[in-house]
This record gives sequence, C-alpha cells and structure tokens, in this order.
Amino acid sequence: MTPDDGLPDAEAALSALVERMHGAVAHDAALVGIYSGGAWIAERLAARLPGTHPVGFIDVSYYRDDYALSGLKPNARRTSLPFEVDGASIVLVDDVLYTGRSVRAAINELFDFGRPERIELAVLVDRGGRELPIEATYAGARLAVARNLSIVLSRDPGGTLSLGVEPITGVG
Amino acid sequence: MTRNPQLNAGGELTHLLTLEGLPASIITHILDTAEPFVSIAEREVKKVPLLRGKAMFNLFFENSTRTRTTFEIAAKRLSADVINLNIGVSSTAKGETLLDTVDNLCAMNADLFVVRHSQSGAPHLIASHLIATGRSHVHVVNAGDGRHAHPTQGLLDLYTIRHYKQDFRALTVAIVGDVLHSRVARSLIHGLTTMGTAQVRVVAPRTLLPTRVEGLGVHVFNDLRVGLRGCDVVVMLRLQNERMKGALLPSAGEYFKHYGLTDEKLALANPEAIVMHPGPMNRGVEIDSPVADGARSVILPQVTFGIAVRMAVLSIVSAA
Repeated sequence: MTPDDGLPDAEAALSALVERMHGAVAHDAALVGIYSGGAWIAERLAARLPGTHPVGFIDVSYYRDDYALSGLKPNARRTSLPFEVDGASIVLVDDVLYTGRSVRAAINELFDFGRPERIELAVLVDRGGRELPIEATYAGARLAVARNLSIVLSRDPGGTLSLGVEPITGVG
Repeated sequence: MTRNPQLNAGGELTHLLTLEGLPASIITHILDTAEPFVSIAEREVKKVPLLRGKAMFNLFFENSTRTRTTFEIAAKRLSADVINLNIGVSSTAKGETLLDTVDNLCAMNADLFVVRHSQSGAPHLIASHLIATGRSHVHVVNAGDGRHAHPTQGLLDLYTIRHYKQDFRALTVAIVGDVLHSRVARSLIHGLTTMGTAQVRVVAPRTLLPTRVEGLGVHVFNDLRVGLRGCDVVVMLRLQNERMKGALLPSAGEYFKHYGLTDEKLALANPEAIVMHPGPMNRGVEIDSPVADGARSVILPQVTFGIAVRMAVLSIVSAA
C-alpha cells in the first residue's frame, strides 16, 4: 500500500473481518474461497476463526454471465469442495465485492453440488457498485473506488496480503 | 497464402478442422482448458451452464458410435442442446447436397456442427461456406474426414501423453500400424511435431505407409522390435479388417506375428512406456489382451480425457 492510494491495509482489513465473523459464524461452517483472492482469504480465516472449518475452493469460470462477451478465461482452476454440501452451512469468501456477479455465479455453482442449509458471504473489501441484489454478511472494509479502477489483492511469497489498484481491462 | 480458415481475424480458434498448421499456443490452450473439465464428471450435477441455449448438430455422414457419443456427452455436460442427424438414411439419400443440408440446419438456428464424413475436406467445405456467407457465429468441428484428419482424437492423444509424461520435448513416441489409412495417425503426427516432441516414429509394413511419409517429420521403421526400442509412448492403430481384402496384408495372424503388440515386445520399450489405442481395438490382431488390459495401458483414460478435450474445443470455438 502506498500512503496516498486510499486503500486500507489488507492485513488490517483481514483482522477486522475475523473480528466481525468471530462468534457470528457457525463453529463448523465451511469456508469456500472464490479463486484466486478469495481462496487465500478462506485459508487465512480457517486458521484464525474458532471451531473447525472445512475449506473449499470454487472457480466460477463456467458459471459467469459474460462468457458470450469475453469467452473462457484461461487457467480455470478445479472447483474443490471436500465436504458434504447437502445441509452444510457455507460462508462464501471473496476478496472484493463489486457488481455481485461472481457471487451470483458461485451460488449457482454451489447448488450443482447439493443443497446447502445456508450460504453467507464474507469479503475483505466491499467497494459498492452492485448490479445485483447481493450483500456481504461480513466485510473487512468498505470504500468507494472510481468505476474505471479495479482493486487487486496480491500475496507475497511470505503469505502477506496487500491491496492495489489497476485500470479495468475487459468485462469485470 | 490464404489465411488459416480455422482462425478468425483476431487469431482465435473459430473452427477446428485439422491440427496441421495450428500454433502450439492454441494446442496448449485447448489442453489447459480441458484439465478442469475432467472433474465435472465427479459432481452431483454432471454439467455446467457454459453453452446453455446453444444448439449442436452431430452431422455424421459416416458411422461412429464412440466419437458421436463422446461429442454428445461433452456438449450435454456444457448444457448445450444436441441434435443427432442420421444422414445416411435422410436428406442426402434423397439427393440433397451437403451445403443445402447445412443451410437448412442454419435456418433452424444451429450454433455448432460436428461433422464426420468419408470425403476428406468436407468439414473444410462447410466452414468455408459459413465464412463466405457471413455466418461467423456458426462453428464447425471436424470429427474425422476421410483419410485427412481427426483433430479431437489427436488432441485427446496429446492430452493423455502430457498427463502421463509431461514434457513432449523429452519423449520418443512410436505410432504403430496402418498409418496409410489413418487420419488419427496424421493428426497425432502434426500435433506431436508442433509440440516439439523429441522423436516421432511410425512403425508399419511398407504397404501400410504413405509414400514420402518422412516428409511429415517422422522416423520410419518396418521392424516393430527395432522401432519400440527407447520409446516412452506406444500408440497402436486399429487394423481395419477391410484392408485384409485389398492384398495389402497376407492375414490377420501374420500381421499379429510381426506387428501385434505383446508383453514380450513391449519389454523392448522404456520401462515406464505407456500404451495407447484410439479404439475400437482388435484384440489378437494389433494388440494382445494382456497388453490392452495391462498396467501400462492408458486406453480407457484416453476415452475419459476425450470428453474433457471435446468440451474444451466446443467451449473455445463457441466463444470466438
């Protein structure tokens, strides 16, 4: 983070997210990270939240609504949900909540694996700008960013998370 | 030289007609795209909504249960609608031309044609017709044409080899049998050379090799025992029974003696060598049962990977 880009520190936002989820999330809720940023956060949350939380990962490439516009993104990852989805309490985890389209796709995909008892949503950053009626159950930070900018989460080799901004390319 | 009709103006794959001349980057993209598709078969709901609302027509002017079925499964796992046309007993028999059939199906809002034809070049003719008539939103995938090409089989063979052996540049691959009549062999040879395979061999009696086959960049062996030495991958081709009548071979028994793959001959290849076959197999003709069912046979995984590779091809051309 540079002092003047207005972004919160990613590690501080993660701590704030842990605090909001602490005591509110079911002790056995599965944490399902949306690739790739959400996957990193799901792993970190599982280590810091009390209780036992199975961790899964989801790649929403095949469920996106912009396939006809922008085609299939290269390097789709394998969705992996190593727990029984039927009847599970699931927290979807993403790095940045913006239009809500990725979350819509992820919810659709989860239902192709079974019928969860409940799905909540945890995000590191909520930047507003929703195009669908979707809200985060837990957010580490909330801020407003210009529409032509994308917030990007990165992870250094030591595992430390940081936030940056990039000009938007293609369909978000 | 005219532009490769398989690629659109942006260089994206819009029809898959042959692996000849296809850049390594596109082949790699197809193989990478196929990888996560393999696991969709393990889901509770074995499909994803990628091609929902698209209509795929299986145009099979020549019989092939396996290829048609795997294309149908691939399309259904992507949520496309599949229409199978049994051309042999329909319009063509009544005298309709190939392109009239295509125009009629386009009038029914077809999005994808999967074409199998005994005439080399039929899928190319359809693709050129679609391009010439401005229907760039309709895509053609060659499911085998004459002796020319069978690109999705070649791609699934490449996928299987990469899955078990990783780096093509370190491999020696032997293709054994009726190379002369085999579009599978031709597609695989083009794919392997494009991917930089260290050495590609063809092993067959002279009567079953095309003239000037060396021009494809392969090493030619007439003796299977010599050709297998140092191989990492052995691809056995089906000996088509009808070839026996054409005086190209004395008998099936004689062929098996010289070119049939047995455990004893396989021992001449590298210890970790894998054995492949595009199917359907003739046990006791080109391959011995203990080899076909043995630990080094990857013939059934080829079939499974074939669905994922066809899903990748259908989703890539549909987005172009």
